Amino acid sequence: MSVLTMEGVWKNFHGHSVLRGIDLAVEPHEVVSLIGASGSGKSTLLRCVNLLETVDDGAIYLDGDEITDPRVDVDGVRKRLGIVFQAFNLFPHMTVLDNITLAPRQVHGVPKARAEEEAHGLLARFGLAQKAKAYPDQLSGGQQQRVAIIRALATQPRLMLLDEVTSALDPELVLEVLGIIRELKESGMTMILTTHEMGFCRDISDTVCFLDGGVLLEKGPPEQIFSEPEHARTREFLRSVLESGRF
Amino acid sequence: MSEWVKSERQAERERVRAARARRSASIATISTVVFIVLVVWVITQSPGWPRVKETFFDGEQLVEALPDVLNGFLLNIKIFLIAEPLILVVGLLVALARGITTPAFFPIRALATLYTDVFRGVPTILVIYLIGFGLPALRLQGIPSDLATLGIIALTLSYGAYVAEVFRSGIESIHPSQVAAARSLGLSHVKTMRFVVLPQATRRVVPPLLNDFVSLQKDTALVATIGPLEALRQAQIHAASTFNYTPYLVAALLFILLTIPMARFTDHLAARTRRRRGA
Repeated sequence: MSVLTMEGVWKNFHGHSVLRGIDLAVEPHEVVSLIGASGSGKSTLLRCVNLLETVDDGAIYLDGDEITDPRVDVDGVRKRLGIVFQAFNLFPHMTVLDNITLAPRQVHGVPKARAEEEAHGLLARFGLAQKAKAYPDQLSGGQQQRVAIIRALATQPRLMLLDEVTSALDPELVLEVLGIIRELKESGMTMILTTHEMGFCRDISDTVCFLDGGVLLEKGPPEQIFSEPEHARTREFLRSVLESGRF
Repeated sequence: MSEWVKSERQAERERVRAARARRSASIATISTVVFIVLVVWVITQSPGWPRVKETFFDGEQLVEALPDVLNGFLLNIKIFLIAEPLILVVGLLVALARGITTPAFFPIRALATLYTDVFRGVPTILVIYLIGFGLPALRLQGIPSDLATLGIIALTLSYGAYVAEVFRSGIESIHPSQVAAARSLGLSHVKTMRFVVLPQATRRVVPPLLNDFVSLQKDTALVATIGPLEALRQAQIHAASTFNYTPYLVAALLFILLTIPMARFTDHLAARTRRRRGA
């Protein structure tokens, strides 16, 4: 069974349709990338899955349960998802350790000692063992984003949503964050990510989706999308990315 | 790498800067002295000065009034110390009530809005009158008759409304992305408030809160209007028997002595926040 299924999802903002009937299925351990120009609906799609936005039509299923039903327990759905934002959104008044253990302790009822032990394990695994007691503003952008990924990971989500996680980082910091995501893929995590890093996208994705004006125009394995795109719009987009030196 | 030797150009720059700094300092000193001399001269040369000096700056009266006014001032401090935590609690609860979106709690939300509208609109001195004279007049069981207690209730009601608005602005100043991050982790609305929004909001509103408390410290004198023997009331009693206003000056000095440390403490906290941000 698919981890996530979207059926004809529509989302409107102020009379303008940002998502126009999206159909998408994400299988266990699959990494799906969403590419497309700014405003093509990539981030909105992730926010709809996370229920930060309410869809205007269609349905989204998580492990077969419809999560777009208004009667659904929103917090219960979010418990099963991990999301990482472009701007990290760490809690500035908490240490790295408290940022990571907040959800396990308060949402999943994990005892403090165990939550902290697991957090230390994750920090060590991703090269941040020294930073447990640091506050977010004492960390570099790359370190903050790694902490944000660990924070999402600490609740052992069924599906990770990564929204432009490297867009706010200096080029030399992008690599350390991409390294983590690569490791997550190897550990079998199911992920949907939006990105402008085409080289990385090609490298890590099982499936690449090209969104254009809220429509999922083209979908396929990276070799196909990057080498022989069917649509003229996809070719145009990839050419513009290539010319701007982001490939 | 060779050692750094200060260049002639840099040395010249530093000479110019030092000369400028000396010049600024001497101008500031001279203008301050001139200003003070001028103010003292204008006041002491005014036709009414001998009379004012006699009525407001009488050393004998000062010594005589000081013990009573000081004693009354202890009541001001007591009122302030009891009212302050109550105000914080009322303010926070009202601010939270105004943010409730659950339909069943709509009456609470409406009541909280009404409360802030009413008590921010009515002058504090009127609230003190209404509570001080109105509440006991109801002759209900359990209504306190102690004047200081009634004063504390009135101040709490009046300042609670202001403090609620300070808390609310603090809550609203927290960026929505923080709420989005917390809710995404599965935290409920209440837990998001408790662990993510409120801790950040309270830190932000400490300076404006302390400012309100400086204001509260002197407004404890308004309670004098319903009669308890606090500093202003004691000063009034002395002044009424001698027609000398020096006791008022004594009371004023006591209030200043209390508020200045609070003001410096506020500055200190603000500076600490700035330093932390910079770190």
